[in-house]
Amino acid sequence: MKSVDVQNLTRKFKLKGGKKITAVDNVSFSIEDGEIFGFLGPNGAGKSTTINILATIDKATSGDATVNHFSVSKNKDEVRKSIGIVFQDSSLDDRLTALENLKFHALLYGVNKNDFEKRVNEVMKLVDLWERRNTIVKNFSGGMKRRLEIARGLIHYPSVLILDEPTTGLDPQTRNLLWEYLFKIKKERDMTIMMTTHYMEEAENCDRIGIIDRGKLVALETPAKLKHDMGGDLIRLKSDDVSALKKELKEKFNLETEKYKEFQQIKVVRGEEFLPELLKKLDTKIKAVELREPNLDDVFLSLTGHEIRDEKASDHEKMASHIGPGRGRH
Amino acid sequence: MKKWPHTSGREGGGINMMKVISTIYIIWRREIIRYWRDKARIVSSLIQPVMFLIIFGAGFQQTLASSDLPVDYIQFMYPGIIAMGIMGVAMFSTISTVWDREFGFLKEILVAPVGRSSIALGKTIGATTIATLQAVILLLISPLIGVTLTFTGYIQIIFLMVLLGMALSGLGLFIASLMKTTESFGLLMQLLIFPMFFVSGAFFPLTNVPDWLGWIARINPLTYGVDAFRQVMLHGQIDQSLLDSISLYPIYVDVMFLFGFLIVMILLAVLAFNKRN
Repeated sequence: MKSVDVQNLTRKFKLKGGKKITAVDNVSFSIEDGEIFGFLGPNGAGKSTTINILATIDKATSGDATVNHFSVSKNKDEVRKSIGIVFQDSSLDDRLTALENLKFHALLYGVNKNDFEKRVNEVMKLVDLWERRNTIVKNFSGGMKRRLEIARGLIHYPSVLILDEPTTGLDPQTRNLLWEYLFKIKKERDMTIMMTTHYMEEAENCDRIGIIDRGKLVALETPAKLKHDMGGDLIRLKSDDVSALKKELKEKFNLETEKYKEFQQIKVVRGEEFLPELLKKLDTKIKAVELREPNLDDVFLSLTGHEIRDEKASDHEKMASHIGPGRGRH
Repeated sequence: MKKWPHTSGREGGGINMMKVISTIYIIWRREIIRYWRDKARIVSSLIQPVMFLIIFGAGFQQTLASSDLPVDYIQFMYPGIIAMGIMGVAMFSTISTVWDREFGFLKEILVAPVGRSSIALGKTIGATTIATLQAVILLLISPLIGVTLTFTGYIQIIFLMVLLGMALSGLGLFIASLMKTTESFGLLMQLLIFPMFFVSGAFFPLTNVPDWLGWIARINPLTYGVDAFRQVMLHGQIDQSLLDSISLYPIYVDVMFLFGFLIVMILLAVLAFNKRN
């Protein structure tokens, strides 16, 4: 069963000055029940725009999506009831207590009093905040706020939990802890979780990832398969004479090179056996060498031709900070 | 999980009355909790009108003693000060909408399966409640001013407070829906509130002012509030013919104007809020 099904979704924006930009460009994918799906891409790639459309607070220019089999354009209220969402920026009322925030949410979603009493205990214990339920949210740390938002997103028993960059701004320890909670939620509740991230290490935790760049979906696979498809290992060579190195690699081994920072990169099978032979046969002077198994950073680089984190603020990103309510604080 | 009957919210179709009312109640409740937690705000919005009453009272009583105002100046000003208190609180309370947008909480409300119009109404009624509460507190000092109200008088004045409060909350929410930052909202409010206050008949009778000032007063909703408040609060306090001589309209005209203004403002506020979000 598909929890989320996105079909040919496109969202265009008009920037000031009349320039048009396509934030989400004909994107299609679906998420199976009980899956942790990671939406991976640099800032401004179109992740948040997609999330906003799924959450019914933005409208697609064309195409449609269903959440829990309800159309996001036609059955807004049903979709809203089907998702629990944690936004990139905190959307808690920090003058209310944790419990009051949950209560407000439960009332808006029509959770009755008896159910609320039971669930509040359950979700607050799930994120280890039960003891702090009567604390005013203002006094919470960033990690606690994020956990409270997850608890809040669960209180109406949604079928999909959507998290937009849930670990951004958290320290590594808190980030790991948050992942433990997410795994626990998936395991105990068989919850479908969709999250966006620009952290490659985190994407490894997902069952499947969709890689999005400049509005386009460029890959949709399990992390293991994506890495496997890279076709073996990566060898990176550094030399002062790049053109000689490239020529030699082409002539002697029939290998094409890619530039990676100050290195020339080649893809080979069984790199650990190939490397000694390579170094023996090369006449060009090599200053440094690196052998590694590909990670998702390499996958991203190979798919898009650029790295995920060195991105300068693109038009997409500049635009993303101009639209959408409540981007205050940052 | 309790299932709501199928409604498609603002896309039209059947609107579930119970759901609208419960949404209004939830939004209202939060406004009240936040107001109650902010003691500094409660106190400061009470101090301002009292300060006006003392300072302007002391200052103007001397100069006006020689004029032909047929009533004690502080008693004359008191209803206007209460109306001013309502205006300040009603219009500034709607700042919570801008605040919510800036701090992200508005998103939490906007992704919930509830109608936009109910949210706007909840905000308006919240601000009205707070404004009325503050005004009732100001009413407690009436014995010190020498103003006594009958039971009917209390009923009438509270009705008028709610009416004025709601009309001005609507105006506030309309403006708040158009504003991006708390700063620009605050600035615009200051710009509106002071002229509205000074040209409302709170400080001087509008029965004998130049035409241009009269016209400004006539489009000012606060004028009608002050006029009605004064007639109710000074009723039986001074001679009726004297009271009529410093009043602009019969009370029912004031009420009708305020009611019309309220309807228009609530509609505009709901429309602006829906469109913006």
